[in-house]
Amino acid sequence: MENERLSLPNYNIPEDLKDVVAITTLDRLYNWGRRSSLWPLTFGLACCAIEMIAAQMARYDMSRFGMEVMRPTPRQADMILISGTVTKKMLPVIIRLYNQMPEPKYVVAMGACASGGGPFKEGYNVVAGIDKFLPVDVYIPGCPPTPQALIAGLIKLQEKIDKDSLKKVRWYNKEKKDGNYVPMPILGPDLIDVRRNAEIRDIAAAKTTQESA
Amino acid sequence: MATPTLTQTVDLVARFPGKVTADERPGYSGFIVTKESLIEVATAVRDEFGFDLLSSLTGVDYLAENKMEVVYNAYKTTGGAGLEFKVQVERVDPIEVPSLTGIWRGAEYQEREVWDLYGIKFTDHPDMRRILMWEGFEGHPLRKDWKEAFYEEEIKPYKSRWPEGKHTFAEDRNPFHDNLNLPKDFDPEKYVVDKEEDLYASLERHTMKDEEGKMKTDSVVVNLGPHHPSTHGVLRVAVTLNGETVMGLKPVMGYLHRNHEKIGERNTFTQIIPYTDRLDYFNSMSNNFGYVTAVEKLMKIQVAERAEYIRVIMAELSRIQNHLIFVGMLINDLGSMFTPAFYVFEERELILDIFEAVSGSRMMCNYYRFGGVVRDVSDEMLQKIKDLVFERLPAKTDEVERLLNENELLVGRLKGTHVLSAEDAINFSVTGPVLRASGVPYDLRRADPYSIYDRFDFDVAVRHNGDMMDNYLIRFDEIRQSLRILEQALKQIPQGPINSQKPNYQIKVPAGEAYGRIESPKGELGFYIVSNGKGNPYRYHVRAPSFVNLTAIEKMCIGTKIQDFVALLAMLDIVMGELDR
Amino acid sequence: MYGLGILKGLSVTWKRFWDTYIDDISWAVSGKKRYRTEEGIKHRSSKNTKGIFTVQYPEEQLIVPEEFRFLPFLVYDELADGTKDIRCTSCGICAKVCPPQCIWIVRSNDPVTGKPVAVPAAYYLDADICMNCGFCAEYCPFDAIKMDHNFDIASTERSVYNLERLLKPASYYAEIRPQNFTMEEEARKAKEAAKAAKAKAAAAPAA
Repeated sequence: MENERLSLPNYNIPEDLKDVVAITTLDRLYNWGRRSSLWPLTFGLACCAIEMIAAQMARYDMSRFGMEVMRPTPRQADMILISGTVTKKMLPVIIRLYNQMPEPKYVVAMGACASGGGPFKEGYNVVAGIDKFLPVDVYIPGCPPTPQALIAGLIKLQEKIDKDSLKKVRWYNKEKKDGNYVPMPILGPDLIDVRRNAEIRDIAAAKTTQESA
Repeated sequence: MATPTLTQTVDLVARFPGKVTADERPGYSGFIVTKESLIEVATAVRDEFGFDLLSSLTGVDYLAENKMEVVYNAYKTTGGAGLEFKVQVERVDPIEVPSLTGIWRGAEYQEREVWDLYGIKFTDHPDMRRILMWEGFEGHPLRKDWKEAFYEEEIKPYKSRWPEGKHTFAEDRNPFHDNLNLPKDFDPEKYVVDKEEDLYASLERHTMKDEEGKMKTDSVVVNLGPHHPSTHGVLRVAVTLNGETVMGLKPVMGYLHRNHEKIGERNTFTQIIPYTDRLDYFNSMSNNFGYVTAVEKLMKIQVAERAEYIRVIMAELSRIQNHLIFVGMLINDLGSMFTPAFYVFEERELILDIFEAVSGSRMMCNYYRFGGVVRDVSDEMLQKIKDLVFERLPAKTDEVERLLNENELLVGRLKGTHVLSAEDAINFSVTGPVLRASGVPYDLRRADPYSIYDRFDFDVAVRHNGDMMDNYLIRFDEIRQSLRILEQALKQIPQGPINSQKPNYQIKVPAGEAYGRIESPKGELGFYIVSNGKGNPYRYHVRAPSFVNLTAIEKMCIGTKIQDFVALLAMLDIVMGELDR
Repeated sequence: MYGLGILKGLSVTWKRFWDTYIDDISWAVSGKKRYRTEEGIKHRSSKNTKGIFTVQYPEEQLIVPEEFRFLPFLVYDELADGTKDIRCTSCGICAKVCPPQCIWIVRSNDPVTGKPVAVPAAYYLDADICMNCGFCAEYCPFDAIKMDHNFDIASTERSVYNLERLLKPASYYAEIRPQNFTMEEEARKAKEAAKAAKAKAAAAPAA
């Protein structure tokens, strides 16, 4: 155990027990466990995925952070790296994967496209950022971010996890029912966000009256 | 060097009087064929005139003239210039054109794409479904009167950016309202999502009986992807299986359809260059090369001498790293996780270091400009490239070969599987290493030389069995030939300016059309560009080798085992950014 | 046959395995540090690299080349009295040439005359649209916008940069791109000298 990270200062541990005992809080222990083995989902979307692969290869070596175990199944993954352009056709798949992941789960938007639509934002099949649907923890700008920038972003995520508290994390929140379930959008005539059904119905109705007028 | 001299002029007008007219619009070339005689003319083009490879097929929407056009570009696999012919139809729905899949099966996906994006229906097409967008999507997005949700202005630069540029998020300004294409009285809650029936209907369903006819067994439908660890991105494939044998197979794509062409038609000519980087994101240098070649053809400008050499050097380095990754990924998909991939990625990193130093970015190089390249390569950097090319890369290629080539397990998996015959490969418009592994020595650097490839002494890599093993080995042959070209180019590179043009961000391109193509590491990368004399292209189409090569996948897969299928995807060397665009 | 091919392949991995130790030991014997030194990182990115290839970010960083580009920044000159002289004249070329149109500029007007002034009133850059292509820096006629080397900018929210966030001093620019900086400074000095000479020549016959 990395004592300097885990144990709290200001506790008087007897001198002869210092190498044996560490006093810490549950939060710290929990965060330390989470941050040190973030298993990403093997999930590549576009150009950024290639840099993600490069980050796992010898030169950058993500395994130094306990992240080399890329799981192909969402059931075993802790973190989903949205590595590339999110298209409307792909979005229901991404959300299904996210819903299938066990908690705690983290979302990293890698690159401009995943963060805010990127250069392809204006396109008819492109979603302007995954944060319209999923709660993003870290945004990494760049097109594509270099492997080092990706690792810098993942360190940022670790820092964020360090500040977590069991009381506050969204997956243990009892009041919000099913707080982590994101409803699946439908591929209709366009991408239909089911959370905005009422609005969409109004638009369609307005369009109908406009055309008949 | 080996440029064929016997390029007889093809006169379709004389052969088909009354049915074919020459295209006489300024800047245009080729022939216009009437819709009724298209099949007849196309058959003659293939059989009489010998244009056996249908390279590109695409649509153009001439809104002002109220016409839709389908453009065909056919070539000979023996080399030489191509033949372009077009069909024009009235722009009144339903728009119908006879399908050419009976003549060139390589037209299949391309025709589906035209149907998807332009709404031109091809009669007698075996499987007329949408290909990039999902079934049920409203409208045909590449039509000039179709507007997307974040539509801002017809062309870039947008006026809202300057001088009164208040930053707003596009989604706040237009939260899908104005251009959300919804049918009348659309009610999202009553909408039934039932879009896959056509897909499964298109797969052949089999009910089999055992020998005595007593027990019936059904085939199983399996969906691979779009999230699958080895579909090389977000490709989905629906397969019907009898046990482990593939009975039917349909790829479903469009999960990375980024509207490259629609955005491209809005961009200025210069602005498209960085977008092409993101097509085949392994080889941004080659993509740049293809695009600037096409535009330079339209602009009729010369490229600076030194820049030509730099272009070739960068494109060949790009080919080497692409093929190295290919090897790593193929072995990865065959089950040998990581070790070969680790080794080849080291070499790739060293090549990317060079790209980063000359262009500024590892992957998205944005390095070529019309008339040259953006900045010079310093002598120090040339020395670094020389060190790699003359010393490290040949040795490392040998090492990878020593690591893998004689491995019995690998040979057992690759030898004799997924054979593609030369006739089929040509008929399916397959290009690049996959075609050459089938025994057709068709390499654009030799068959239709562009840039300065006619100055170099190299062999066209060719193998003859067309199986996976040949496809694998031919990449090493190509790496060696690329090294040969690099050695010559690095010795011959002259001093001088690196761009024949003055830097200008508002380039006007004369009206007309051009189809420029290069030999990208994955195959023939073509750009079809129509300009109307303004700063933005009127039509911008990418003939992506990954997309067209995938047409042959059904042919290659049916009857083989499912576990070889993933390896086949790796072997076709598809990349989704280019496949879906 | 009979597994010889596999053994032959394994000999490569075997050699690679020993290479890591041999290279480390040979560096140790020669008294040089292979890790966390510039020399060591350069060696690992050179044609002679063998053995351990990893550059252990964040403890050590790859040496980025001068042309490396990430997001753009705006250059200002520090004047003697400490004020910032923003080079940008809000001519709008960067906003026009930007392929994904991620730059928004507000041109400022003189409050008295209403004429445009050569300073941007506001400048926004949406980092989540920017494609790092470098066109803005390439076509800027005033050397006012340049591409940054700093890639460690991950954040927990969307990043839209305003003028204040984008501004960086010319000394920073000189630090990350020394060759380009000296080249541009020389060109500018030559231009000014030519201008002064011209003015002098024009003034001389009049006098």
